[in-house]
Amino acid sequence: MSSKPLILQSVARSFGAVEVFRDLSLEVARGEFVAVVGPSGCGKTTLLNLLSDFDKPTSGQVICHGSVRMVYQHGGLFPWLTVSENITMGLRHLTNAGERARQLREMLRLIRLEGFAGHYPRQLSGGMRQRVELARALAGETDILLLDEPFSALDYLTRLRMRRDLAHLLHERPCTVVLVTHDIEEAAQLADRVIVLSERPSQIRCELHLRATRPRDLTHPEVVEATHRILSVLGLEHDSESAFAVI
Amino acid sequence: MNAATPNSKSRLLPLAVVLCALGLWWMLSALHVFPESLFPSPVSVAKGFVEEFQTGRLLNDLIASLFRVITGFTLAVALGIPLGLWLGHRTGARTALLPAINFFRNLSPLAWIPFAILWFGIGDVPAIFLIFMASFFPIVLATIAAVASIPAVYFRVAQNYGYRSTELLTQVTLPAIAPQVITALRVTAGLAWVVVVAAEMIAGRDGLGFAIWDARNGLRMDLLVVGMIVIGIIGVVIDRLLVQLMKIQSVRWGYEQ
Repeated sequence: MSSKPLILQSVARSFGAVEVFRDLSLEVARGEFVAVVGPSGCGKTTLLNLLSDFDKPTSGQVICHGSVRMVYQHGGLFPWLTVSENITMGLRHLTNAGERARQLREMLRLIRLEGFAGHYPRQLSGGMRQRVELARALAGETDILLLDEPFSALDYLTRLRMRRDLAHLLHERPCTVVLVTHDIEEAAQLADRVIVLSERPSQIRCELHLRATRPRDLTHPEVVEATHRILSVLGLEHDSESAFAVI
Repeated sequence: MNAATPNSKSRLLPLAVVLCALGLWWMLSALHVFPESLFPSPVSVAKGFVEEFQTGRLLNDLIASLFRVITGFTLAVALGIPLGLWLGHRTGARTALLPAINFFRNLSPLAWIPFAILWFGIGDVPAIFLIFMASFFPIVLATIAAVASIPAVYFRVAQNYGYRSTELLTQVTLPAIAPQVITALRVTAGLAWVVVVAAEMIAGRDGLGFAIWDARNGLRMDLLVVGMIVIGIIGVVIDRLLVQLMKIQSVRWGYEQ
């Protein structure tokens, strides 16, 4: 497998007169966790649609090696299927029923929902539902995980808990991740690299690399520093000296 | 004990209302407020019921009406849901056919009675035809609406997880529209049951509708009321049976929120 599973080469995408991307290039390394933040309407969702092949660029190239799965903000689970049945969707490629059952049990254990296997999504809390979505996406052999503001519909404390759960899940099931979020703390706490997009037509305004190992505390100095830096880049905080290089 | 109270209350209250209505009915007829020939007493209706039951006519009419409703309704479901699915996914065909379907939806099925008799004579076929005309168009429209309201995210997820065309239909579209379609079936079945009575009055030689018409011609108001009571009860039973569909676990999500 290529060491760069996701590559965008001079990608442009317009919707009529609205130019979302003019010349966007980006490479994501294998196993890397990239978070994309930016002002609303800057094309974060368009970026995920391009990466997941739901949308084609007007010009340029999107190269994607490996299987891609997407987790949505909410409502991505099939309400007519139980927790088990939803997760089993991610194991459809397995022909051996015993192996499917074993992996299902493993995923239920990882998200701590063993006792909820037969429940329907409507019977779960928002945080539990997102955990099931993550388990479904990571079940089987997923190479690239795309997260479209997966925790933004949750309350603050649940969101914090979900970040820890996601870090834990990725430790067990490593894969390449692109997280689109408007939650800057979330990006700084989870990602190896945070990309800040500008307003339309979007360009990469700055990239920050974080080196501390996950799971990181929200109060970790590197997380605090990165949060501060991103806020200044977005013009939401008084600028200050920073350890990060702005590209 | 406390938990059982609302439940037993919800069972007892409707019964009390029925008993009160019966009491009022009995009182009005006992006081001879209206002449007996226009306002049969509960006792004469009960006797009429026994008479109709013993001659076997009641059961015969009931079976005839149920057969027509079940046949006409089943045909409407079997053709209406596939057509609705197809139109739900095809914008062009939908634009072309929707006005026509709406036209027939709003045309009272009873307006077809003259044609039904001219084309199919008297008996089962005209009644089945009228029930079909009453049920088919609402079912098509409800299915189209249900398909149109499926969130796009379900299809994206399905595509993401490698569902193919047949699987998309059986494992995404059908379960996604099931709650709305079941609600529509419930409403439409009630409509079909109303229509069968009207159809049999004019184009039948048996059935509960014909029994009512026959009782009116023979000035047997007691038998007329027997027919009305049976029609009402069967209508409620049909509705209760369809409500059971709404209790299926994989469908309940559509009714909660």
